[in-house]
Amino acid sequence: MNEILKMAFGALGVNKLRSILTMSGITIGVFSVIGVMTAVSALRGSIETGLSFLGSNTFQFAKWPTGITGSGTDWQKIEARKRITFQQAERYAEIMKPYAEVVCFKVFNNDSLVQATAGGHKTTPGVTFGGTNEYFLIANQYSIEAGRNFTGGDVDMVRPVCIIGQDISSKLFPAQNPIGKTLKANGRTYMVIGTFAAKGTMFGQSEDDIIMIPISRYLMDFGAERYSVNITTQAPSQIAYNATMDEGISAMRVCRGLRPEQDNDFEVYSNDSLIAAFAKIADVISAGAFIISAIALLAAGVGIMNIMLVSVTERTKEIGVRKAVGARKVVILTQFLVESVVLSVTGGLFGIVLGTLAGDGLAMFLKVSIVFPWGWALTGVIVCSVIGVVFGLYPAWKASSLDPIDALRFE
Amino acid sequence: MTPPAPVESRTVRPVGPLVISIEGVTKLYHMGDETIHALRGVSLEIHRNEYLAIMGPSGSGKSTLMNMLGCLDTPTSGKYEFSGQNVASMVDDELADIRNREIGFVFQTFNLLARSDALKNVELPLIYAGLPPQVRHERATAALESVGLGNRVHHKPNELSGGQRQRVAIARALVNRPSIILADEPTGNLDSKTGVEIMELFEDLYEKGNTLIVVTHEESIARHARRIIRLRDGLIESDGPVD
Repeated sequence: MNEILKMAFGALGVNKLRSILTMSGITIGVFSVIGVMTAVSALRGSIETGLSFLGSNTFQFAKWPTGITGSGTDWQKIEARKRITFQQAERYAEIMKPYAEVVCFKVFNNDSLVQATAGGHKTTPGVTFGGTNEYFLIANQYSIEAGRNFTGGDVDMVRPVCIIGQDISSKLFPAQNPIGKTLKANGRTYMVIGTFAAKGTMFGQSEDDIIMIPISRYLMDFGAERYSVNITTQAPSQIAYNATMDEGISAMRVCRGLRPEQDNDFEVYSNDSLIAAFAKIADVISAGAFIISAIALLAAGVGIMNIMLVSVTERTKEIGVRKAVGARKVVILTQFLVESVVLSVTGGLFGIVLGTLAGDGLAMFLKVSIVFPWGWALTGVIVCSVIGVVFGLYPAWKASSLDPIDALRFE
Repeated sequence: MTPPAPVESRTVRPVGPLVISIEGVTKLYHMGDETIHALRGVSLEIHRNEYLAIMGPSGSGKSTLMNMLGCLDTPTSGKYEFSGQNVASMVDDELADIRNREIGFVFQTFNLLARSDALKNVELPLIYAGLPPQVRHERATAALESVGLGNRVHHKPNELSGGQRQRVAIARALVNRPSIILADEPTGNLDSKTGVEIMELFEDLYEKGNTLIVVTHEESIARHARRIIRLRDGLIESDGPVD
């Protein structure tokens, strides 16, 4: 067997260019599926662990669905929905008081890129800038590094104060204590009352490049009529989660003034629904990659069969010699089969390496942790072996069935 | 025609036990609608340590008989026993095994594997015999030394002269210690001087106790043998010692 493997590599080495071209078909097929699967599993892993950025046992109400939804979304209907006003949100919090203490309101900048300045320093444009209340920390898994959190008073009194992330702090107030200093964002001045502890990045976006002000202040400064409030509610426990969500939905319907026969005119989403929505997208992408790969591999398999048939014809005389000196049929069959499997699996291994590099390259670009898709890699190797055997079988059989006299006479 | 080789100095060794026994062998080929009678009933016996030449013009059945003797082909009818085994009824793999163990081939065009060096070429029959690498290596090296190529073991065929290539082929034929060595026009692709050297090597092999069958259409080559069988139209025309 060792001897046969050596022969196979030797034979493939003779026609290097031809072998490489034949292998590249397999490489491309495997590359596409492994690349996509690596990227998808890297994202999936990151989403499943990283989605805790929403806080545990929370659910959200918003006018707009998340960016990741399946097809069939009726965008016109959503467009026609009324925005969720601050008054509706406050009423909701009031109704929910017996069931949930943590009700976080959020609005985010939807104008052009925001740039903050202080003294002679300025941030890069594109700062996350929004309004919220004292529950932002819990609902979004932030914590305070220095200074203080918002209070109910900050919101009620519409105070021009802000809490900033570490990126902002280091850019605007290098080597200084930012607390008590003022900064300008979107043309308005705010006093820093606290800093968020560093959180890192999510999907390539820094979570420390953030400035939050009281929601009431935000709506006053930038126009309440232009924003729809996102409401995040935290259930007191995992056990109470479903009950709390049911209460929340009824409360929301009351606030929105819906009649019983009307559908919800807001989106409800939770960590689970986000993961499910992502999984749905991931499945569609995976299935697409799978079909493309299957077609590519089929074509590559035909390519291997073609090249093996050429090889058998070219080496007819060699086969004759081998048979004359006593090679049994099965030995010749194995030799050619091993060649086509080596061709296929080598191509597959290149595909796995390139696919993993590409997938993880994307993962690194998105700043999510890289993965090696062992399961897919193993599947890839097995599939390539099967392709090598299936498409190599006929040429190998043809070689092994040659009549030694005819083969020796072949010129 | 060149005069025969120096016959006077030659010894005729006593023959050993029976190796090949052919009786009333025929071979038919179908070419379209036409049926060709390549052999029409050939009988002959070959003993160990014979040196035999088979001669005949093209179309005489010479090649067919050689293929049959070399167990590359089986007869349409008749009896063929090789060391007591019935070759006529063997299937392909059994024929492969008997070729591997009992027959060493030497071809007109050498038929070496171009990509493998001399040693690997000579090892080939031993690989199919399933011998371990160490034993293969030793025996192949010894075989190459016995044909005078001890210093050429790692040369590839394209780095060797025609005569040297044929010596590699002879080493390959010898290496598995076969019962017979079957040479088909062994000097056909060589110049006359190199041809003489190869025939001297055959003489040497015969002296060492090997059984040689040389198929040729050249009288001068055939006269190196101790016995000549002449074929014509699928039948043995004559069979006797070299005069």
